[in-house]
Amino acid sequence: MICQECNQRPAALHFTKIVNGEKTEVHLCEKCAQEKGEMFMFNGEAGLSFNNLLAGLLNIDPSFKQPSQSPFHQEEILQCQHCSMTFPQFLKVGRFGCARCYETFQDQLKPVIRRLHGGNWAHNGKIPKRIGGSIHLRKQIEELKHNLRESISREEFEQAASIRDEIRQLEKRLSASHEGGE
Amino acid sequence: MSLERFLNQAVSSWMSKDGPDSDIVLSSRIRLARNLEAYKFPTVFSHEEAKRIISDMENLLRQETMPKFGPMELLKIDEMQPLQKRVLVEKHLISPNLAEESPYGAVLLSENEEVSIMVNEEDHIRIQCLFPGLQLAEALEAANEMDDWLEQHLQYAFDEKLGYLTSCPTNVGTGLRASVMMHLPGLILTHQMGRIIPAINQLGFVVRGIYGEGSEALGNIFQISNQITLGKAEEDICRDLMGVVSQIISQERSAREALRKTSNIQLEDRVFRSLGVLTNSRIIESKEAARCLSDVRLGIDMGYIENISKTILNELMILTQPGFLQQYAGGPLRPHERDIRRAALIRERFQMEFKKFGEE
Ligand SMILES: [Zn+2]
Ligand SMILES: [Zn+2]
Repeated sequence: MICQECNQRPAALHFTKIVNGEKTEVHLCEKCAQEKGEMFMFNGEAGLSFNNLLAGLLNIDPSFKQPSQSPFHQEEILQCQHCSMTFPQFLKVGRFGCARCYETFQDQLKPVIRRLHGGNWAHNGKIPKRIGGSIHLRKQIEELKHNLRESISREEFEQAASIRDEIRQLEKRLSASHEGGE
Repeated sequence: MSLERFLNQAVSSWMSKDGPDSDIVLSSRIRLARNLEAYKFPTVFSHEEAKRIISDMENLLRQETMPKFGPMELLKIDEMQPLQKRVLVEKHLISPNLAEESPYGAVLLSENEEVSIMVNEEDHIRIQCLFPGLQLAEALEAANEMDDWLEQHLQYAFDEKLGYLTSCPTNVGTGLRASVMMHLPGLILTHQMGRIIPAINQLGFVVRGIYGEGSEALGNIFQISNQITLGKAEEDICRDLMGVVSQIISQERSAREALRKTSNIQLEDRVFRSLGVLTNSRIIESKEAARCLSDVRLGIDMGYIENISKTILNELMILTQPGFLQQYAGGPLRPHERDIRRAALIRERFQMEFKKFGEE
């Protein structure tokens, strides 16, 4: 595949840009990618390319440049209380200053995260064992409730009853763990 | 001294062992990004914070040993020579970013180099497991075990909704990057990569060459990895990547068979010419070496060449990089001197193969 910018060198950088819901395929050689400011790290770890693209990606969306046209919001710059990073700073470097930034910027962040992760917004993977005790319980309860609805719809009432008991057990454990001062 | 031990074992297990589908897949890697709740991310943290993170890790290693991987050695970036760092980068044990831009960084290495943990790179902790052949599930299991062990002793930054919080939002959620290194000469020779790469991108995976600078994939070696880290379970990310990889494997195999059918003698000629170059040249640039090594490896896989081990490609791609060559030479080398060294090293390595099989 040939670079779409210079039509000379072979394309080395391939990615899909999504701007306002519209998908565009981009194929660039390293030189043109650099010139376009979409630096591609060839020697870094996989995915680094994407980190470097992030700032570029974010700036493309006009809704991020001017969060609001209302004069009331002009003075307001969101800043993380813990690490003092501001949202414009984050846009520039593409990295957060601390874990709490995620909470501070959550409203601005949601569309960004969706765009980066194929529309996904919620973690669906591993939960750390030690700090995730109550999270585990809640997930288990959720799953059981789903099973309960299914057995009821299949009219398997005996099974439904035993699932309900199990849910009660777990709920007891959950409230106990909260009272335990976590 | 202990560093010497690591560096002297120039060949790590993933380079010298065969794994499943190793005619095409050279290695599988899992990386998990983790951060500690109590500290700011490396983008903005203070030197004191950085030092405290390292000493936390040191204390942990002093008190406990992770049963599965044995004792881990901690090497601090600011205490290493440039050449030592470069060799670790060339072995894929640390990233160029850790070596060059993380003065407060460190790396923990297991004795067999299957596991390495980068400290204070882009994230506080990056666990990496590298296995030979196609062994993503095995690598994930190993990384998870290391992760579970660390989590018993450290307080991770974890959010119920978003999962593991990372310095860059491209890694948030699982913090998982799964990648597979593949040798794809058949697809290159039959001009199919241009068609395949966009298709893989479409599925949310990234393809790139890992050796050489610029647009070329030296040695026809490509790395395929996931882009999305949030919303899918770790096992599903790996399973999806496995799906893509097995597609590529079967396409590469049919390309090789097509080549055998249509241009058998030309292919055989190419393979043996390259073997001739590698075993006889006195000066060789990395580009030419990579091309010839790829040809020879293809020749081994397709049965044209016998009595040379497959792992020679993997091994020599790594050992003929500038850092290793200079270590082998015992000092700095100018580019032209490197080319001479490289040729000598390759010839010597092939001599070892011939001797080994001659004695049998
Ligand atoms: Zn171009
Ligand atoms: Zn912050």
